[in-house]
Amino acid sequence: MNGTDPPSADAGASERAQRGKFASELAGGPGRERAGAEQLGGNGSVPELHEVDCPTDLREAIETAMGRYPDPRSASIPALWAVQRRYGWCTPEGIRQAAAVMGVPPAHLEAVASFYDLFRLEPAGRHDVLLCTNISCWMRGADELLEAVCGAADAELEKATHEGATSADGELFISNFQCMGACDIAPMAAIDGRYVGPLEAGDASAIVDDIRSGREPFPERSLVRRPAAGSPEPEPDPRVAES
Amino acid sequence: MPARETRILFRHIDEPGLAEIDTFRRLGGYRAAEKAFTTMEPTEVLNELESSGLRGRGGAGFSMGKKASFLPRGEMDKYLCCNADESEPGAFKDRELIQKNPHQLIEGITIGALAADANRCFVYIRGEYAEFADILERAVGEAYEAGYLGERAYGTGHQVELVVHRGAGAYICGEETALLDSLEGKRGNPRLKPPFPAIKGLYDGPTLINNVETLANCPHIIGRGADWFKSFGTEQSPGTKVVSVSGCVQRPGNYEVELGISSRELIEGLAGGPPPGHEVKAWFPGGSSAPILTAAELDVPYTFEDMQKAGSMLGSGSIIVADETVSIPHLALRTARFYHHESCGKCTPCREGTNWTVKMLERVIRGDATPMDLDVTASVQDNIIGNCLCVLGDSMAMPVGSMVRKFRNEFEQAIEEGRAAAALPLEEAEEWAPMEAA
Repeated sequence: MNGTDPPSADAGASERAQRGKFASELAGGPGRERAGAEQLGGNGSVPELHEVDCPTDLREAIETAMGRYPDPRSASIPALWAVQRRYGWCTPEGIRQAAAVMGVPPAHLEAVASFYDLFRLEPAGRHDVLLCTNISCWMRGADELLEAVCGAADAELEKATHEGATSADGELFISNFQCMGACDIAPMAAIDGRYVGPLEAGDASAIVDDIRSGREPFPERSLVRRPAAGSPEPEPDPRVAES
Repeated sequence: MPARETRILFRHIDEPGLAEIDTFRRLGGYRAAEKAFTTMEPTEVLNELESSGLRGRGGAGFSMGKKASFLPRGEMDKYLCCNADESEPGAFKDRELIQKNPHQLIEGITIGALAADANRCFVYIRGEYAEFADILERAVGEAYEAGYLGERAYGTGHQVELVVHRGAGAYICGEETALLDSLEGKRGNPRLKPPFPAIKGLYDGPTLINNVETLANCPHIIGRGADWFKSFGTEQSPGTKVVSVSGCVQRPGNYEVELGISSRELIEGLAGGPPPGHEVKAWFPGGSSAPILTAAELDVPYTFEDMQKAGSMLGSGSIIVADETVSIPHLALRTARFYHHESCGKCTPCREGTNWTVKMLERVIRGDATPMDLDVTASVQDNIIGNCLCVLGDSMAMPVGSMVRKFRNEFEQAIEEGRAAAALPLEEAEEWAPMEAA
């Protein structure tokens, strides 16, 4: 601590506390009930709704999620999904807004967000391109695919391999992501949540071009269109066929 | 006998419109649950499930009926959580079951809820499965409309509520107590057991946690009886199993087979084995956390008990095949890195053990390890197993340990080549290339 910053930070905190106090006085009582905020172990207070300027649609999405659970605090992952959908990533402001709606400290939601790999804690490209390089995909050329996609999109391979990299034009967020549960179409990618494969390094520029121009890459190779591996269906076992 | 599938859960799997309630009903869907709710006592349903011998399909293979019977009786909120977090490398069966036949799962959940007397159910589905969660949510909506879910399920006095809860990318949330913490809105850290979830689970209430495939079996058991179910499979592993086969095979995918089929029929018969000119070198019988088996073990019957006898495990029923082109030290590193990344960090043996294992394997591959490193690697694995709250660390230690044991020569060769290169004159050493980086 250099002795100059803390006083101003403290001043900000006390100012916020004052505002919070004033707000609850205005409301004619002690603020609304905090859903067990003290048990969550997060530092800091729960922001008031009027302090955070939460967009109505976001607020409604979070409140709907809260209503689905016996304990509304179960809605923290759905709330963070709503924030990420609204802002493209889990912005500090978005997290504060969600915290205010849920009545929990923002630190609690930050801790949750940082635990799960699908939440973005910094700005990321508009389109998600997750490429699996786990065992089955790796054995079928996933490393080469990841490298080729990074090359085609102008994104940093080293960064994409570890925490994910945004392409130079800001359009694509490319990340090595293991294992997505689609080893039958290895090597595969999840592009904006849609599973597609098998892909090869030679497909990289088509993938990147399609995403940039708003087309779905290789729709004929999307997982949802794939029949079961053993199709056509074999004659049923006599025990299964009866009745 | 040629390799063949025995489809019960996968019957009609590619029937157009199977994910919609009308098609599902036309093919006989929801009749078993209707029968259970309207003509059977909950204890009868429980007894039927227990006597079917159905073993959990998520990895542990514990008796489903027995697990349900651990929940206390009496008036209180009880929960059923369907584990659809399927994150084990190599596993993708639940995904296809949900995508193509979501109502089979919903029907199974209602039967499980009746047996355990649970009124609130959740499907914890991994966040990556967004496309499939959408399909499931649509199906849940249809089931509510049809009256199979809700305050008076199947028109009876039993309440069954069902919520689809999406995760957000964390392997550990497939561990049942981590799943509960995550579902409560927290970071997904495993809990200390006991108390077990059957006594104190979600929101501290009694909770039954079952895998997707386990629950999808329930309508068939109730519809046709435990004895019918036991006519499939072996005495200790009754029924069929949807097996995910991937890696170096020509026809990767899910195959539903009777438990007890030879592993060779699955790998070489159904999945077509490695491409022509290649052969099986090693394979994981139950996801990447299962100790590895070799080509010499291809004739082991595919059952819980035989896999255990062979020193491995059936796990979630996911086979990953490596052919002779795959370097085992690289495979070990790929495996270890995954668990290192996914370790939640709560228990020291797992957090530090996965980290050091990755570092030592990287040294082997770079060519600057010593033979002693292999013994240290082996001892690290021994010190992880059984020493943590959950089995994530074991899930790395078991396969990596088995690879060092069964393919020690490959590791030693990498080490010796690195050491020999260090002794070369400078110009020759510069030409020496370590194993290609993984």
